[in-house]
Amino acid sequence: MSATAVSTGDAVVHRRRPVIGLLLLVLAQVIGAAGYVLTHLDIDGRLPSGWPVVFLAWFGVGLATYVLVRWRLPHADPVLLPATFLLVGVGLGMIHRIDLIAEPARHDAETQFVWLLLGIVTAVALVFLVKDYRLLRRFPYVLFLAGLVLLLLPLSPLGVELNGSRIWIRLLGYSFQPAEVAKLVLSLAFAGYLADTKDVLAMAGPRVLGFTLPRARDLGPIAVMWVASLLVLIYQKDLGTSMLFFGLFVAMVYVATGRGSWVVLGALLFAAGGWFAYQKFAYVGVRVSSWLHPFSDYDKNYQVIQAQFGFAYGGLLGRGWGLGRPGLTPLAKSDFITAAIGEELGIVGLVAVILVYGIIVARGLRTALSCTQPFGKLLSAGLSLVFALQVFAIIGGVTRLLPLTGLTTPFMSQGGSSMVANWLVVAVMLVVSNDARRPAVVRESEADVASLSADATQVISVPQLRRSAPRTAATPSAVEEEQGAPSAQTVVVPEDEMEATAPFRLPDAPPNPSQPPQQSQRFQPEEGQ
Amino acid sequence: MADLIVTLLKVAFLAVLWLFVLIVANVIRTDLFRPEPATSGGRATKPAVTARSGRQRRGQPRVLAIDNGPQAGTRLALVDEFRIGRAPDCALILDDDYVSGDHASLARRAGGEWVLTDLGSTNGTFVNEVRVTSPTVVTTADSLRIGRTQMRLET
Repeated sequence: MSATAVSTGDAVVHRRRPVIGLLLLVLAQVIGAAGYVLTHLDIDGRLPSGWPVVFLAWFGVGLATYVLVRWRLPHADPVLLPATFLLVGVGLGMIHRIDLIAEPARHDAETQFVWLLLGIVTAVALVFLVKDYRLLRRFPYVLFLAGLVLLLLPLSPLGVELNGSRIWIRLLGYSFQPAEVAKLVLSLAFAGYLADTKDVLAMAGPRVLGFTLPRARDLGPIAVMWVASLLVLIYQKDLGTSMLFFGLFVAMVYVATGRGSWVVLGALLFAAGGWFAYQKFAYVGVRVSSWLHPFSDYDKNYQVIQAQFGFAYGGLLGRGWGLGRPGLTPLAKSDFITAAIGEELGIVGLVAVILVYGIIVARGLRTALSCTQPFGKLLSAGLSLVFALQVFAIIGGVTRLLPLTGLTTPFMSQGGSSMVANWLVVAVMLVVSNDARRPAVVRESEADVASLSADATQVISVPQLRRSAPRTAATPSAVEEEQGAPSAQTVVVPEDEMEATAPFRLPDAPPNPSQPPQQSQRFQPEEGQ
Repeated sequence: MADLIVTLLKVAFLAVLWLFVLIVANVIRTDLFRPEPATSGGRATKPAVTARSGRQRRGQPRVLAIDNGPQAGTRLALVDEFRIGRAPDCALILDDDYVSGDHASLARRAGGEWVLTDLGSTNGTFVNEVRVTSPTVVTTADSLRIGRTQMRLET
């Protein structure tokens, strides 16, 4: 593969850039490995004892992922995978560094590495299994229901309350955050729903004060999402999850319709819900007061205050790997890993990490721009926006820009469900970007498309089948033969019940004269040319 | 370890971290500003394409004529890229059960040729009654069929 893999004369849309993609991946992994080595150098003054094994596993996983993704998705965005590995590497390094504080040292980083492997395996499986992501468009309502069930699952008897929030379920001895997976499922559902209805949502409705307000009957889905978010807010006591899903929905409606009125409506609804929660529920009040006046109650706001001290101790360039005291902040490995990074890498390192998050979001939005399918556009935009909202909410919470919420820091904080779910999000982004960046004419991917068409409806002529079993009548020779034999039976194999409701007519048969010509196109019929 | 080495390593780590961000920024920049054909909708290159098109399009297809099917007799002016299908957001909507939501796209490449791409349709897109599995260049001599609709490019 060369850097300009598009053959001459073809329309160049996006470069594939496999070489720079690989170099960036190696650089990202070197940064993660450097964090691990520097921690040990700074603490013990020598290399860690098991470093060859760690390096082999870490770089091996990275290269294997790269090869598999590149093989299946040759046109995928070259930046997404390296950016993800950079975040994973820094996160793993920091978890390992905090492991070393305890006496004897803990082994959470190894557990987290196993979760990383599981996340990568599911992501690669998705990349290989989903031949055409547009198939996911077909059942938005089922996905919507599944997403809502996942979101509200912690309210069932399976749910457990941890650190004041009921956002976990316990199954077979493992705890699991279903909202992380619901993020992906609901993005798929909204993208499918909005791809079908966006024109109605955008066009219909009365105009009031310069806003095109949505019609009452179109408000159903937004009302359902609002109620679901309120249930999460009230019963799961988690501000972040509630905001994340309502924000995802409103943002996607806005992307689909381009109508500011939906955003205003969503913001008003969320403000009303938030104010109601602030009045009614003590935990929201606690969060708000620890955001605005953390030092008024040192004991209650211990975590937030320790994070502030950590940031201050880190300063501009940080203490250096292994030289800060991130262990003083409770939950430094999970919710407050940003504080640990700010302490040891300084504001310079933390801003770089936030920029890498920004790069992932920007690439997702860029994919949405260049994608020609409305479903792919909405899916990519929705996933990027929910990712951005999550990063904004948790890092904003830790740095006291916003009230603290219980969201995870994607790819960095300790925890399996978040790791697996976010790898799935990246996998879907890669699949959509591969489709969006595919040049207009690609010769080497013919086999790929052929396998897709094999899934679809085929017209099989029965006599043809009897003569030579493996042939299908969609080949030109078969069509010609069929025209000569009007008695030949045709069998339609419906793949999708929507596509094949009428009896099939032979390819060259004249149009049904009883059917009036329908002018349902947007072009003006051309006259006199 | 000596304080100086620790500090140097710390700064070197941050420098590499930022180097990564800068390289990615450069990759994104070159990705964005590479000359793009009309099909990709690059805003920077579009005026140039339209400026050339006046001369280049002479003798090139300008009309899509529907010969056969429910909408037979319709002629429409070609735009640089549009989708054909049953979905309401397609530029050419074919009201036909054998047409998928997003069935095919017809796009003009920088050289003036028209490329027909099947967008993973269920019942296929046919050029001269051959099912196309990859983007195919079509000319005025070709007959295109989608579902029950037969079309052809005209100058």
